[in-house]
Amino acid sequence: MTAHMKQDKPDRSNRLDAMKQGVLGKAIPRIEGLAKVTGTAPYAAEYAVDGCAEGVLATSTITCGKVLSINKDAVLGMPGVIAVIDDPKLITRAAQGTADEAPQQGPKTVCYWGQPIALVVAETFEQARDAAKHLAVEYREEEGVPLDPQAVEPEEQEDETVRQGDLAHAMAKAAHTVDVTYTTKGHASAAMEPHAAIARWDGDKLTVHASLQMLNYNISELADALNMEEVDIRLISRFVGGGFGSKLGISEEVVAAAIAAKELGRPVRVALSRQQVFQCIMRRSETTQRLRLAAGEDGRLIGFGHYALASNLPGETFVEPVLQSSHFLYGGENRELMLEVARVHRMTAGSVRAPGEAVGMPALESAMDVLAEKVGIDAVELRLRNIPDQNPEEDLPFSSHKLAECLKQGAEAFGWDSGLRKPRHSRDGEWWVGTGMASAARVHNIAEARARVTLKADGTALVETDMTDIGTGTYTILAQLAGEMLGLAPDSILVDLGDTRHPRGPGSGGSWGAASTGSAVYVACKAIREEIADKLGVQETDLDLAHGTAASGEALVDLLDGKDIVREGHYEPGDIEDDYTASGFGAFFAQVRVNRFTGETRVDRMLGAFGFGRVLNHKTARSQCLGGITWSIGVALTEALEFDPRDGHLVNCDLAEYHVPVNRDVPDLEVLLVEERDPAASPIQAKGIGELGMCGGAAAIVNAIYNACGARIFDYPMTPERVLAAMPD
Amino acid sequence: MSDIISVNGTPQRLPDDPRTSLLDFLRQHIGLTGTKKGCDHGQCGACTVIVNGIRINSCLTLAAMHDGDEVTTIEGLGTPDRPSDLQKAFLEHDGFQCGYCTPGQICSATAMLQEIANDWPSDASEDLEGPPQLTGEEIRERMSGNLCRCGAYANIVAAIREVAEKSA
Ligand code: FES
Ligand code: FES
Repeated sequence: MTAHMKQDKPDRSNRLDAMKQGVLGKAIPRIEGLAKVTGTAPYAAEYAVDGCAEGVLATSTITCGKVLSINKDAVLGMPGVIAVIDDPKLITRAAQGTADEAPQQGPKTVCYWGQPIALVVAETFEQARDAAKHLAVEYREEEGVPLDPQAVEPEEQEDETVRQGDLAHAMAKAAHTVDVTYTTKGHASAAMEPHAAIARWDGDKLTVHASLQMLNYNISELADALNMEEVDIRLISRFVGGGFGSKLGISEEVVAAAIAAKELGRPVRVALSRQQVFQCIMRRSETTQRLRLAAGEDGRLIGFGHYALASNLPGETFVEPVLQSSHFLYGGENRELMLEVARVHRMTAGSVRAPGEAVGMPALESAMDVLAEKVGIDAVELRLRNIPDQNPEEDLPFSSHKLAECLKQGAEAFGWDSGLRKPRHSRDGEWWVGTGMASAARVHNIAEARARVTLKADGTALVETDMTDIGTGTYTILAQLAGEMLGLAPDSILVDLGDTRHPRGPGSGGSWGAASTGSAVYVACKAIREEIADKLGVQETDLDLAHGTAASGEALVDLLDGKDIVREGHYEPGDIEDDYTASGFGAFFAQVRVNRFTGETRVDRMLGAFGFGRVLNHKTARSQCLGGITWSIGVALTEALEFDPRDGHLVNCDLAEYHVPVNRDVPDLEVLLVEERDPAASPIQAKGIGELGMCGGAAAIVNAIYNACGARIFDYPMTPERVLAAMPD
Repeated sequence: MSDIISVNGTPQRLPDDPRTSLLDFLRQHIGLTGTKKGCDHGQCGACTVIVNGIRINSCLTLAAMHDGDEVTTIEGLGTPDRPSDLQKAFLEHDGFQCGYCTPGQICSATAMLQEIANDWPSDASEDLEGPPQLTGEEIRERMSGNLCRCGAYANIVAAIREVAEKSA
């Protein structure tokens, strides 16, 4: 039986707070954690499958052109080699998030350096790797294709454009103005688990163990790529070794493994090398951003301009949504926002954790720091003065808004000193020490989702959905939600995720998984409660369940009388999305030290305060924030994809050359969870938290660099040579 | 040459293909998939195992080079029924998210604490001669060969610190 809820208005019934189990929100350890710390949690490549052959992708060594021929025979003669597959159905790019259809197919056409062109299959991994390396390929190269985003005529993304009032006029007459241009380099998700898939066929039925974030979309992408029906496909992703956007859509190894397994009549595993993950999955686009801020004497904005240029391959619809939160974060009646895309032949640009805000917010929040200095008011105060009452571009209220609280509580907890705003106020040996802050914002996303909950006759429960846990804590928070609603301890609830046989939802991405699938679990549990209330002859709203017992004294097992209660919950966001602007908000505070002689920046301490609706588990939510802040450090100081200007190939395509923060780069971090209930965000009053923690954090660091040593830098990341060059004498 | 390697106390025959890394031997040949492959190039630490008491990146060494050696992997440190102190502390402190770097972190931390106990200095040590102090900086430095893209470092340090302080 399916229980359905379409949310057309805020849900103020706030049922969860009336529940009695008292487990929701608690900082309980992850229920799948023991499997992870003992190495017994199986990731995609790790299933023991009899007779599994090993596939290694061969990739292009030209940027653009045609594959004329592949000398298959030469490698087929090598020991153990079984096949060289260059089927036209092979995909040559990863699918964009929520694509729902196959990405570009046809490995004969090369659009970027490092693109997959064939799969070599052998008995062992070593044999396949060797053969792939020796594959002789003849190309016809297309010369002179665009590689530099600055050198091509960009395309405007018209639905992002906003022109309101007269920004030029506001800039001309304002008491204080800022007109600055920032650049950000490309970023890689660099999830620790490289993409991998094991495909096996049983007649016409295909099962794939893969490392994917959004199975419900992935199954249709795969079906489309293989010309199959979804019912003939099963995708399994029980454990995903990090996603960060890179596993939103199906990627090349999934389709290659499926095709090879079919052709060879035996299971095939394909795991990408780390270099291939960098080269042929997704990059976050580099950006160029111009910020124009016009403010009155008191710092209140009268004009706001944000222009951004990003890039992507020809034919890709995704454009880094740089302006996403700029549309509503601050007021200013005269507005001009525009996003453009340059078509270049670098690998696909797509979602990398917090697409948009991850780079838009660092630019905006650095510009706000410049403005605070010009106006001569404290940086926190400047933000407080510019929080709009409602969305400044559309006549929409905010569903909830915790920016002011986050700014104030964060400043207090950090010990923000508004008196120390002149650079070079503190020195410690050869280090300048300073502080900086920034606001955080990340749009709230939610989508239709289904989940099945079974309250078993033995008083335990089962939650089943195709939702994934990519490290976000899904297993645990769904157990807590069901436990709270049904009056059960989380350890008596089995959560079965990551299987397309289960009811489907939107998966993990855009921080929407917890609110979407959590709401489906809520709807299912509410229906089960109604059934129990019926048995007891009371209203559901009068039913108190805790520790397997109703408040009136009956044990759940007795009430169930040997029968399970099964309900599928179906949640749809409805019209509510048109009535509110919903976003998570927060504030970052950082203290850094900058070396006077080398320009090296070290982050001494950092604090983030975040408001994102109900906190479903304080431990895992805090960890999401810690992860986000850690990414902020990377964005601010080290992470940058570097492309060879001659052929557009990615130069630093591994973890030695692309610098994600390491343990010693990350100091003690403090996280304040500013709890709230957002009734418009979801019936569980929760919003997403997977990305908010990195939306603006880099600016707090960069503003702290200025406060420490006086170097204003407009190009991310703030490497030692850039800091040194910008440091005043 | 005995062609035998001991893994978690169990003797195993070394692979025939000399190209097989110790990591692939563990994962593909004897089914110990707790040891992870994150880069295959010695850049991430996900494949950290303990060989004759010393932590190494198992992707950077060939299985054939470990004739007669004793290897301990995450599966040898503890099991779901009997987790080690560090495994428990990682769970309690949420020293992971996706869990992919975690076996490497825990193997690394296990051997790292021994290195401190053996008075090996690091870049973060104040003094090269005396015994290293168990500061946060010391732990961070020594754990910097194990990347965690989920960004669980703050919790990893807390977990290690707790175990180190308990056993101190
Ligand atoms: S897999 Fe060995 S260091 Fe990355
Ligand atoms: S827990 Fe995901 S990489 Fe460390």
